[in-house]
Amino acid sequence: MFESLQDKLQGVFEQLNRRGRLSEADVKLALREVRMALLEADVNFKVVKEFVGRIRERAIGIELSKNITPGQQVVKIVHEELLETLGDSAPLDLGGKSPHVIMLVGLQGSGKTTTAAKLALHLRKSKHSPLLVAADTRRPAAIEQLKVLGRQLDIPVYSEDSSVPPPDICANAIKVAKAGANNIVILDTAGRLQIDEALMDELVQIKQRTSPKEVLLVADSMTGQEAVRVAEGFDEKVDLTGLILTKIDGDARGGAAISIRSVTGVPIKFLGTGEKLNEIEVFHPDRLASRILGMGDVLTLIERAEEVIDEEVAERSAKKLLEGNFNLEDFLEQLQQIKKLGPLNKVIDMLPGMGDITKTISTDDMEDRLKRTQAIINSMTLTERRNPKILNSSRKKRVAKGSGTTVQEINQLISQFRQMQKMMKKLRNPRARQNLMNMFGGFR
Amino acid sequence: MFGFNRNKIKEGLTRTRNSVFGQITTLMGGGDIDDEMWEDLEALLIQADVGAETSMELIETVRERVQREGIYRAVDAQRVLKEEMQNLLDGYAPSKIDEHRLVTVILVVGVNGSGKTTTIAKLANYYQKQGRRVILGAGDTFRAAAIDQLKIWGERVGSTVIAHQENADPGAVVFDSLKSALARKADMVIIDTAGRLHTKFNLMKEVEKLKSIARKQVHGAPHETLLVLDGTTGQNALSQAKHFKKAVEITGVVVTKLDGTAKGGVVLAIGKTLEVPVRFIGVGEGVDDLIPFDSKAFVDGLFEEV
Repeated sequence: MFESLQDKLQGVFEQLNRRGRLSEADVKLALREVRMALLEADVNFKVVKEFVGRIRERAIGIELSKNITPGQQVVKIVHEELLETLGDSAPLDLGGKSPHVIMLVGLQGSGKTTTAAKLALHLRKSKHSPLLVAADTRRPAAIEQLKVLGRQLDIPVYSEDSSVPPPDICANAIKVAKAGANNIVILDTAGRLQIDEALMDELVQIKQRTSPKEVLLVADSMTGQEAVRVAEGFDEKVDLTGLILTKIDGDARGGAAISIRSVTGVPIKFLGTGEKLNEIEVFHPDRLASRILGMGDVLTLIERAEEVIDEEVAERSAKKLLEGNFNLEDFLEQLQQIKKLGPLNKVIDMLPGMGDITKTISTDDMEDRLKRTQAIINSMTLTERRNPKILNSSRKKRVAKGSGTTVQEINQLISQFRQMQKMMKKLRNPRARQNLMNMFGGFR
Repeated sequence: MFGFNRNKIKEGLTRTRNSVFGQITTLMGGGDIDDEMWEDLEALLIQADVGAETSMELIETVRERVQREGIYRAVDAQRVLKEEMQNLLDGYAPSKIDEHRLVTVILVVGVNGSGKTTTIAKLANYYQKQGRRVILGAGDTFRAAAIDQLKIWGERVGSTVIAHQENADPGAVVFDSLKSALARKADMVIIDTAGRLHTKFNLMKEVEKLKSIARKQVHGAPHETLLVLDGTTGQNALSQAKHFKKAVEITGVVVTKLDGTAKGGVVLAIGKTLEVPVRFIGVGEGVDDLIPFDSKAFVDGLFEEV
């Protein structure tokens, strides 16, 4: 989600790594790059100025340590400042008398309706009983959209005719929630511009009549410099209590998060991570800050792997690997599992220190090679996959034809596979295995 | 027609002018050029979402010209800046959809929430008012009630909407829309698609498939593949445009929500990086608030007083 910022900062710090000492000129150069990277990531201009200023103050007076390179020291400062700016993760405030009202506000197209449904599902998972309220009477079919989502999730939706003023709808919904024992009410309001006074007044009225515990701004992670003014505009009228950042599954650098957080001071509470209704995550500042700095996001990768990887298949091939019985069929199975994790560049970005690789190797090429390898194995008979030794030149020709590749590529694949087998045999030695485990453990 | 557009553009960009670009007019309104002016200018451009890189390059070009042409007054530098901004926007084809065909097929794509469905309604309205018969294809079968949304708009602007069930194959919707357009001798078919993030490989492939289905029905279809960009978007708009251009060969861009945002600068960045013309801009919630893009009117609109 923050790839580009991550890449740029890494580029800066690589340059620093090559030098022994951190001079004032170094700091200046690094800060220039940090500034550019943050600006290109859509962090607000004024916020960047402040941010860079704080880093400068801390970086110039720095004591050089023997154990840590100057570059790492700057990274550490930037990381700390990022954490500071992003703030702690804050849970929803669900104290006090039930029903608790959560009001969602934001610009058109930021993702309020989808987020309302996601939030309802998220809360039901933790044993709450939410009621969704269709208070967007302006956008055609917005009410219908929420109803459909409610039906999909089997979560009740309160709606009235689109001619009824939204403050009335919301006030009525609360009565219904009380009668129906719903302890949470989620208000899906219409998208509006923060400068539209009539519509902003409508929000104020809804707030007065429903006394929401939470007023959450739903913001598109791709928002530009305007994010600050949007957040300020809504905060001024309805006192925001938190932020939900949507569409972060794209390649938005998400500078808006840093901007909004730093001008309003409200915590980021959730991230919208995909189109499916369960794709909402509680915000973790440490993970985000680490990703910004190219320290990887192993936790997210592990979580995703747990979701998509078929455990049985994985265990079976791991066992075979260690027994030395690993053949091309198993290899194919593994490739398919890896593909499930998502596009390769995304996966690589989540690995610590691997962000750089995507710069030197085109991930499209890697994706392409993966595809060709799969095609080659798919064109082999089962016997050939289990025992590649029988592949003579006539068989190879056939496989090349079938997969649209060349005999040369097939030879390459087979020799790579042999090397892998050799390595695996070595791993049958318990000590070597332990070493490998330690290496992977070190990532965490 | 032209005068009407200019006024509309000016009106829509009022906020932009009053905030950022108004400040540029003030900054470069009088006195001589000095270093501080360039620094302030850079800051203002970045705040207008022009992007750090494009802003710096733009200023570099202006500075070079100012030096070469012996300009010392700030007002003259402002003139050069406007010329260079327009150069960024005019580096590619004219922003007009060629619609002199039996039936013109327009495919509308974009990320989630950029304003595709609303833009389609406005486009339909725009062409219907010119006496063209427009059919709309409800190709967003993914988002809940997206079909209903398009149907409501269709009724309002007087266009027939061809729709299937939710979760139906969008390819079938494209097929039926074109078949029915041919049968009814419609002039234009505008096809809505589900919002998709440009980084999703499979979803981009789906658009390719839609295009090939269209091509089999009508020669050369889709004649236009329009990318709808949210004007509030920052530098990610560039990434969107690049990805969509690479994957589905977009032929034009529509920038929406330019009434609300204080920016519009991203249009310049797109002009510089991609050779894809901006076709229309959306400047309001009303069905008439979509206007053909005109680079000169746009740049003038950014600077002129109301």
